[in-house]
Amino acid sequence: MAEVGQMDTPEQAEFRQSARAWLEDNRPADPIVRLPLTPLEIMTEGQLSYLQAWQKAAYDAGLVGCDYPVEMGGGGKNDCQRIANEEMLAARTPYMPNVIGLGMAAPTVFYHGQEAVKQQLLPRLFSGEDIWCQGFSEPGAGSDLASVQTFAERKGDKWVINGHKVWTSLAHFADWMILLLRTDKSVKHDGLSYFVVPIRSALGKGVTVRPLIKMTGETGFNEVIFEDLEVDDGYRLDELGKGWQVAMTTLLHERGAGDLVTPRSGGMKNKSSHVSNASSLISLAKRTIRSGSTAADDPLLRDRMMQQLVRETGMAASQRRTRVTALQDHPMRLPLQNKLLMSEIAQDTAGIATEVEGAAASLYLADDAAPDGGQWPMAYMNSFGFTIAAGTSEVQKNILGERVLGMAKSK
Amino acid sequence: MSQPDDFGFTEEAALLKESARKFFNEKFTADVLHNMVAGDPSPDRAPQVQWDEDIWQQMVDLGWSLLAVPEAQGGVGMPLVGVAGLVEELGRAAFPCPLLSTLAASYILSACGSEGEPALTEIAEGATATLVFADENGSLEPKATPIGVSSGNLDGTGYFVQDAGKVSHLLVCARSDSGLSLHWLGTDAAGVERTQDSIVDLTRDQAHIHFNNAQAQQVSADASAALEQALPALWTLYAADMVGAGEWLLQTTVDYVNARQQFDKPLGFFQAVKHPLVDVMVMIDQAKSLVYNAACAVDCEPEMARQYAHMAQASASDMADYSGSRAVQCHGGIGFTWECYVHLFFKRQRHSQMLWGDGPWHRARLAEIVIDAVA
Repeated sequence: MAEVGQMDTPEQAEFRQSARAWLEDNRPADPIVRLPLTPLEIMTEGQLSYLQAWQKAAYDAGLVGCDYPVEMGGGGKNDCQRIANEEMLAARTPYMPNVIGLGMAAPTVFYHGQEAVKQQLLPRLFSGEDIWCQGFSEPGAGSDLASVQTFAERKGDKWVINGHKVWTSLAHFADWMILLLRTDKSVKHDGLSYFVVPIRSALGKGVTVRPLIKMTGETGFNEVIFEDLEVDDGYRLDELGKGWQVAMTTLLHERGAGDLVTPRSGGMKNKSSHVSNASSLISLAKRTIRSGSTAADDPLLRDRMMQQLVRETGMAASQRRTRVTALQDHPMRLPLQNKLLMSEIAQDTAGIATEVEGAAASLYLADDAAPDGGQWPMAYMNSFGFTIAAGTSEVQKNILGERVLGMAKSK
Repeated sequence: MSQPDDFGFTEEAALLKESARKFFNEKFTADVLHNMVAGDPSPDRAPQVQWDEDIWQQMVDLGWSLLAVPEAQGGVGMPLVGVAGLVEELGRAAFPCPLLSTLAASYILSACGSEGEPALTEIAEGATATLVFADENGSLEPKATPIGVSSGNLDGTGYFVQDAGKVSHLLVCARSDSGLSLHWLGTDAAGVERTQDSIVDLTRDQAHIHFNNAQAQQVSADASAALEQALPALWTLYAADMVGAGEWLLQTTVDYVNARQQFDKPLGFFQAVKHPLVDVMVMIDQAKSLVYNAACAVDCEPEMARQYAHMAQASASDMADYSGSRAVQCHGGIGFTWECYVHLFFKRQRHSQMLWGDGPWHRARLAEIVIDAVA
């Protein structure tokens, strides 16, 4: 595998060194609270405050928003976020809580927001003091996202918003939301507009957040109901009727194919941390006894485990190949595969793991006899969140077929 | 040791790949290939060796056949990533020639130490060569070689010999009382008799070769060690060939489903057609990334080369099968005919898929490394 840092520019090399030095002294102590698998399942204030303190410290150290302009709270550097991410991962830091803000809201506000809004919102987004959520899906608008019905009606300098959003991760802690809605009912895509709207400060004043429970039994995502919420016109992103184009900026970054690198940390081990990858799958199989030998001796399971290892290694190699222009025929061909591959591989790995466990895969979190604490059946169920959210695998294949291979649009 | 982030794919490598693509685009399109190799559709046609020696000579003049020969023996000594780029383009053109066999032989000879140097010098001067080691069951284990050697003379019959009708030399893995050894001799040497196989793939030729007290020069007294060292490079190159052929199948099929209309829509409109072709693309990209990862390991991270080469082959073999089957299926009735060029690449992919071990075989070997070897 590739060695970290060997292709750094002088600016990146210097930045890497200072990041590494800071992380050596300032990596936070392990939390007292149990952390969920991803920030999208944060359930308690205790979990949130620990993670927010980490994000604020990392931001103050210049590791978050490094590539954004200084006047918006960024670091004003060139392609240094990638370096910060590598160093934070290597230092096994906790993940950051404001994932939707960092990965989706920030690039969207940056490309489409008014200057005043950028300067108002981005610094607290980067520091994690404000948590963000995303209002896209509705009960009647899933894969057909452009059919959203949440409506904003003009009233002088303000807009009055009514509607219903679903699958809204982190809404129960959110200060702000990126919101795709309709300002014109007579046309489909061109009737969409895009706003940032307050959530926490508007609770009970036009905004209601109610938890939805996942098939795993966990909470973490919500439905959000707007009843006559009033918002200033300044919080509109880009022009009226350009909501669809703005949403594409959000989705491109959500799917890991945008041009702004998302600040990302992680790798911290804690007692509940569970990673669905080929190596943890193999380790499980070696510990699982069946018919006198281990599951790792079963030729059919070996083949399936190796398929996962090959796919995983292939995905990592593709991410490297994304940076070698001469080995690509189409610039979006690899980036647009990211989300599809990552979610499908994780799903298959967790699914195989439950087959390795056999009957013991019936045991869930509260059963002391559950292998790996019952995390594999839970990871398998959770994996459907990733193959469905942010554009289902089927939608991803439409996008790849149409944008990269040039096949006719399937709608 | 570790890999450079860009796989070590230099500007020189990019230039070679680019010029190879141009070369084949200009001189060797699919219709030229079809005219050359598909003249006789009869299933019981006699085995033939059909290729264009003029174009091959141009490739030799460009130095492509000696890329893998070390500089000290008069070759180029190009890193494997660069060679893989060329082979990907060769696969895309499905050009019948002994390039792959000769590159493979070069890697094996390079692993033979000083004994292999004279043969490498011959390749640098224009010789072409292929490996002989398989028995009549096509075993992938060199130790199963059906050829015996005694006092430098070879006896027995080697099977599934690739490009046998095109090469000037043979590199033979043989068994003696003291173990496995490697030997070098001309195809026209006394006691060598070649019988062409009747094969499905029209873009290759294959034969079994009888040795009857044929005198050969020993190039290695330890064939196992040399093959052990060279096999990752060889597997990687055959995987690169499958990647190129897969890309031809994908692009050709996409062009077809964009043009062909049924139910008043282009076929590509229908997700039952669109999604499998996207699956093919994803498989190609996985295999391709794994090819350059494996090639770079051979160049820079030798301790990982075998693992990564198994991954490249496992991924490419599965993809070879699927890219071919989806291309025929999505072409519909025309795809089932001899006149449609798709069958040429379908057959080449099926041939390649099995040649050096299919997906399950490579995954089984990979499992021995990553599951069993680590305590």
